[in-house]
Amino acid sequence: MKLTVEEAEQVYEEPITTKAPRQLNGADVFIETLKKHQVEVIFGYPGGAVLPIYDALYKNPIKHILARHEQGAIHAAEGYARVSGKVGVVIATSGPGATNLVTGIADAMMDSIPLVVFTGQVATTVIGTDAFQEADIIGITQPITKHNYQVKDVADFPRIINEAFHIASTGRPGPVVVDIPKNMATSLFVTPEENSQEVNLPGYQPTTKPNFLQIQKAAQAISTAKQPLILAGAGVLFAKATNELAVFAEKYQIPITNTLLGLGGIEGNHPLFLGMAGMHGTYTANMAIQTCDLLINVGARFDDRLTGNLNYFAPNAKVVHIDIDPAEIGKNVPTEIPIVADAKEALEALLAQGSPNGNTAAWLESLNISKEQYPFHYQASEERGLLPQQVLELVHEYTNGDAVVTTDVGQHQMWTAQYYKFTQPHNWVTSGGLGTMGFGFPAAIGAQLAKPNAKVVSIVGDAGFQMTLQELSLLQELRIPVKVIILNNQALGMVRQWQETFHGERFSQSLIPVQPDFVKLAEAYDIKGYKIETFEDAKVLLKEALESDEPVLIDCRVVQKESVYPMVAPGKGLHEMIGVKPE
Amino acid sequence: MKRIITVTVINQSGVLNRVTGLLMKRQFNIESITVGHTENPEISKMTFVVNVEDEQKLEQLLKQLQKQVDVLKVNDITEKQIVVRELALLKVVSPPAVRAEINSIIEPFRASIIDTGKNVVTFQVTGSPEKIDAFIDLLKPYGIKELTRTGVTAFVRETQKVNAPQLSILK
Repeated sequence: MKLTVEEAEQVYEEPITTKAPRQLNGADVFIETLKKHQVEVIFGYPGGAVLPIYDALYKNPIKHILARHEQGAIHAAEGYARVSGKVGVVIATSGPGATNLVTGIADAMMDSIPLVVFTGQVATTVIGTDAFQEADIIGITQPITKHNYQVKDVADFPRIINEAFHIASTGRPGPVVVDIPKNMATSLFVTPEENSQEVNLPGYQPTTKPNFLQIQKAAQAISTAKQPLILAGAGVLFAKATNELAVFAEKYQIPITNTLLGLGGIEGNHPLFLGMAGMHGTYTANMAIQTCDLLINVGARFDDRLTGNLNYFAPNAKVVHIDIDPAEIGKNVPTEIPIVADAKEALEALLAQGSPNGNTAAWLESLNISKEQYPFHYQASEERGLLPQQVLELVHEYTNGDAVVTTDVGQHQMWTAQYYKFTQPHNWVTSGGLGTMGFGFPAAIGAQLAKPNAKVVSIVGDAGFQMTLQELSLLQELRIPVKVIILNNQALGMVRQWQETFHGERFSQSLIPVQPDFVKLAEAYDIKGYKIETFEDAKVLLKEALESDEPVLIDCRVVQKESVYPMVAPGKGLHEMIGVKPE
Repeated sequence: MKRIITVTVINQSGVLNRVTGLLMKRQFNIESITVGHTENPEISKMTFVVNVEDEQKLEQLLKQLQKQVDVLKVNDITEKQIVVRELALLKVVSPPAVRAEINSIIEPFRASIIDTGKNVVTFQVTGSPEKIDAFIDLLKPYGIKELTRTGVTAFVRETQKVNAPQLSILK
């Protein structure tokens, strides 16, 4: 006779446990749960409050990357998440370990990067007593996380971790912090092990399916528009909707522009692609926004660097906004047709709406003429020296647009966005919303771990690089072939540019002539270093460096007095771009 | 414009901080707030009175609140048929000579005396915020020594007038 567990319990009058209870503590369950979530790499840094967790990790290993600073760990996790599409996992200890993560958490929040960040905490018995290495990381990170948790009962470990991964990776992705008091990690875990990873979050139900009525309205608007334009953001990439985007644009013959973070959502050389829009976008893309009669925003959030002065933004356009986060719709730009949905599902639904009858030929022709008339421009000459744009054109050429490229924030970031034409999605890793210096280099390490066979190029400025350069140790240790290209203008380039343009050339604290010898610095970390000062050298040495299978650092001494153009000055409308043509 | 917003949340530690922190981060000013658990002890209800500039800002506020993982439901009930109540305690200078006079004033408000001293009487009054404003105004001339108000809590009435004006996003 075969009994079910319930029946057997009735017979024997006591609960039947199918497994003998194992003496697991919270930390063991923590590691087990990470394994259930197929975590293949953890970026972290140990310390007092996470000793039990690192002990459990020692016994039950998951690949762990020991960054040399917690900020390096979390930016690496961001790079990993952005390129792999998986959740980045970070561990740091309590107090200073946790507070060192704050910049990365805020960065991930702004750019919707899925992270689960575990911080150690002092034992629950002493929380609130200003104990050694205590910081209220729940309070600190509450405004910069999608959600955060403190484990208060060891039995909650699996549930909280399951929820954290679910919240981080679904809907609009974002960082989730889980704070683990030390005594929770050491307490014995007695609840029977459950395999279920189901979560029950009645207050968190992201809408992914578009409303049919709104889709019909949008399709109607598309068929009557004469000058429609697609603005594609990072939402397209998160939704893995790049194919749908291209098919949609081609079917309806609608030109596309990208936000900074949306780059790669459409191939850089696609005939319908107008280039990036916004403060340092192409003149054609910005003028297309200003003159279009229908603006279809797919997964972008109308950031101020994209829109310029909102009073002048897209004055003639009816706005369709597809976003998985309803709070983004109507936040900055009034929207006629709101579509709360996953970008892929919304584009599929739009594609299912029959054949197009709009005619955009005249519109496309005028945009193509504009593209030819207003390309990005720079004035190179031997006397001026090496220009950053020249370096980036060579990087593009030598990597065929196939490389994974990471940057910090500032001039080098804008030039990379302008000159690197991505052939593939998910290869572009940059700090957009928060604009974090020191992001690009550690992010490249994470990106290389996500794509071990890809060419990963980290374009950084000399100032930003010095904020997280301690992670060169990781290149030395892991021998992963990240290519660090420093566009070295011995200045905080964008600050210098703004001081030149808006502050009467008073270069307050923006010039840094005293620097380490970057080649020697690389050598100190057992990495090959190059120094490039002329375009002729660049052609030879960059090729050699980029073709190497080893990590390399390339110090490109570029012209300091070079500004990013064209530009929409702060407070101006997109149509008021300056520097659109060579002087 | 002043709006009354109710937020139903999962009752766990930090949720009040999360909601008020969100309002602070997005630059909304809370005029009053009341919190307490509902018929289900695991679920709490917050009632806010918030001053917002315009409808766009209001829409943002509601959507941002709704986005919180611990928030189950957000309602702007300002323009619905609602019952709104607030409680106030007032310590009023009331020497025996005027005590009878004061008592006759408070009677229509159905306020009650909850403490008496030699020269001071403490009143409790409940009702709509307007009623409490009026009550305070009447007692001011006698000298209010101390005053505290709870802020409003509110319910939507069982029967709603049809076509009660509503913001489009709430429909």
